[in-house]
Amino acid sequence: MTQISRRSLLKTGAAAGVLAATGMPLRAQAKKGGRLRLGLAGANTSDSWDGRTHSDSFMIMAAHGCVFDCLTEVGADGQLKGELAESWEASADAKTWTFKLRQGVTFHNGKAFGADDVIASLGMHTEEGAKSAAKPIVSSISEMKKINDHEIELTLAAGNADFPFLLSDYHILMFPAGQIEEAIAKGIGTGMYEVVSFDPGVRFVGKRVASHYKDGSAGWFDEVEAIAINDSSARMNALMTGQVDAVNRVDVKTEALLKANPAVNIFEVTGNQHYTFPMLTGTDPYSNISVRKALKHAINREELVEKILQGHGKVANDHPIGPANQYYAADLEQNSYDPDKAKFYLKEAGMDSLSVDLSAANAAFSGAIDAAQLYQASAKAAGININVVQEPDDGYWSNVWLKKPWCACYWSGRATEDWMFSTAYESGVPWNDTNWENARFQELLLTARAELDSSKRRDMYTEMQMLMSSEGGTVIPMYANYVDAHSTKLTNSGTIGNVFQMDSSRMMERWWFA
Amino acid sequence: MSGLLKIIIQRLFLGLITLLVVSVIIFTAVNLLPGDFAQAILGQGATEEAVAAIREQLGLDQHPVQRYFQWLAGALQGDLGTPMSQALFKSFAGTNTGESDVTVLSQIGPRFANTMFLAAVTAAIAVPLSIFLGILTALYRNSAFDRAMNVFTLSSISSPEFFLAYILILFLAVLNPIFPSLSNIFEGMAFGDRLEKTMLPALTLTLVVTAHMMRMTRAAIINLLASPYIEMARLKGLSPMRVIVKHALPNALAPIINVVALNLAYLITGVVIVEVVFVYPGIGQLFVDSVKIRDIPVVQACCLIFAAAYILLNLTADILSIISNPRLRHPK
Repeated sequence: MTQISRRSLLKTGAAAGVLAATGMPLRAQAKKGGRLRLGLAGANTSDSWDGRTHSDSFMIMAAHGCVFDCLTEVGADGQLKGELAESWEASADAKTWTFKLRQGVTFHNGKAFGADDVIASLGMHTEEGAKSAAKPIVSSISEMKKINDHEIELTLAAGNADFPFLLSDYHILMFPAGQIEEAIAKGIGTGMYEVVSFDPGVRFVGKRVASHYKDGSAGWFDEVEAIAINDSSARMNALMTGQVDAVNRVDVKTEALLKANPAVNIFEVTGNQHYTFPMLTGTDPYSNISVRKALKHAINREELVEKILQGHGKVANDHPIGPANQYYAADLEQNSYDPDKAKFYLKEAGMDSLSVDLSAANAAFSGAIDAAQLYQASAKAAGININVVQEPDDGYWSNVWLKKPWCACYWSGRATEDWMFSTAYESGVPWNDTNWENARFQELLLTARAELDSSKRRDMYTEMQMLMSSEGGTVIPMYANYVDAHSTKLTNSGTIGNVFQMDSSRMMERWWFA
Repeated sequence: MSGLLKIIIQRLFLGLITLLVVSVIIFTAVNLLPGDFAQAILGQGATEEAVAAIREQLGLDQHPVQRYFQWLAGALQGDLGTPMSQALFKSFAGTNTGESDVTVLSQIGPRFANTMFLAAVTAAIAVPLSIFLGILTALYRNSAFDRAMNVFTLSSISSPEFFLAYILILFLAVLNPIFPSLSNIFEGMAFGDRLEKTMLPALTLTLVVTAHMMRMTRAAIINLLASPYIEMARLKGLSPMRVIVKHALPNALAPIINVVALNLAYLITGVVIVEVVFVYPGIGQLFVDSVKIRDIPVVQACCLIFAAAYILLNLTADILSIISNPRLRHPK
């Protein structure tokens, strides 16, 4: 028998099985070194390190996924784990949360991380005049109490079982207390990479810190560079010619050319991003539940996924909870294209035929006008006459959405069910684009929010998805995938996060050079 | 020479008036575009209250005429204002973030320097090349070489810039990896690297501007070749090259300088598409981004720079052609 050296053991595939059986993570094969170069869309000259202002992919990747940390993190497998928080506990009513913070963590300027930094960083979002997108999350905290340097107690105004989940939001980054202004100017966080240079809207370069609490589980590159390439052909070109190692937002029109290149891999995940056709249910004829049901059965979802997303998506079921959500109900009865059923519901509403206006512009989502026209064609078979009204892109969100009785719309989705529902479907919230009133739905929303028992929550959220799917005021035909591409020189653990594009924007931490 | 000075002062004054008119036109045009900064920046979040709040904060709720004069008053004192995106960002933070204030000038400055660098590299290639080719085509006019050059340069000027850019990327970056397809230059880059990264956009622009300059050189020289003094030079037995370079070229300089100046102005103002294709961080990209979000102060400043480049280069062209022409230099 030939002797197997430790090195060759690690190299062979059989070894992987052995090691997996011993409980040693496969990630042990990850290799250190190299400089990762990313070509990213979504950069602006007004970019800064202020997490409160982040909304586009470039800064989310550079700050949330690289230079800064949050208290919690959604792993590639979708499970919540601690980032700067080590563990947490809730009181029975989900109102009081105690977080134990990681010890021995330092900011890039040498300052030790502790409870004061958490209080100051959370306080940034509720500061007088601040317009943080995470303000609703932070303002739900009624009291912040420091127990000791590494323990903090947060009391909420009302119970919220998702609270630790919400703290993984990319806006809620941890800054050094007392040095927040400096940290925003220079980019001083606790992340695996410290800022070497940053030119807003142009380029970011980061260097691996010498030692980090995630050592051994993430952070394989010596250096990372993100280059702003907003033009999509230029971005694809940069990957094809090897100027960058990965790009986000693959242009599906030129996807075939990328596929033909053996040195390039396309990777995609279905997340929570979805396209919708909301109806104002206070307006006729959409106030009639049978009309809504008829419209839901008059759209050919498979055709839309095929023609509008070129196959890069998944059929949705008229509720906004996606595969990246914890309690996504995948096995609900699917609303499908069925002209006879649509006709039946029209009869139920006391109509032989129906004529409605559908307002659309490509500002709603790329291909919205084509989607509306496909809808028009498929609805004809059910005796529904959809008149597609082409609206101008400019001012679409101010003049059409929430104003016209039926229009096209887009949602990036939210990390938790409660967050999604309370953003757009809770009665009375400003972005409620259907004004759908359902007593049972509203009741469940409030009960589920404070419920800590996971299986009870699953039941409640499943019922809410069912209610929306059958009676709700919006037609949600499809989830749009996050489609990105990388050079075959790069590799990863095999599980790719689906919260956001580019492995939940954690590519710089989680990937390595093969 | 005092006559020349008078012309320069006169033209500079006229130039200022032109700039003023340009600023009015741009301001009106941007205001005519549907949507404004508040709506563009808010996107889906553009509820009525949010739009109104941002408008009030940035003074967008004031009458356009009032806003224009406020801007003009600042501009006359050398203050081109703060980009709206920066002003909004500060308000996001609630308190001042302690960063040094970003103004329109500080935002445009480094971008403009990059654009000037690209223009300089292109000019250094294109101007000698096209004058040289112009002389050669004049010398061997109607030969196969002349026709080939004309067909080549005319077809490159007739193609859209992005198409030329992609052709060059295909041949010089993908099939034969000589130059990088990405021109992401940054501060502190070594000159050699910077030059290498700038090569493809510079070559693209060279293809675009060469035809015009080359054909003007050729035409100006051929035009002169019919004059009696050239015939005299030929009769003296001078070589054709010497006849053209020593005798014809100096007299053809005025139209050539004019067309060179016009093309240089184009290099500064017309690089928008090329910059986007090659991800070159110049003023063109900034301009496109700013128009998209209706950031009026930045758009105004970019347009004024473009207009000023045209005016100054035209003035330079006229002055140089006066200097190169003794009849204009000493008017009776």
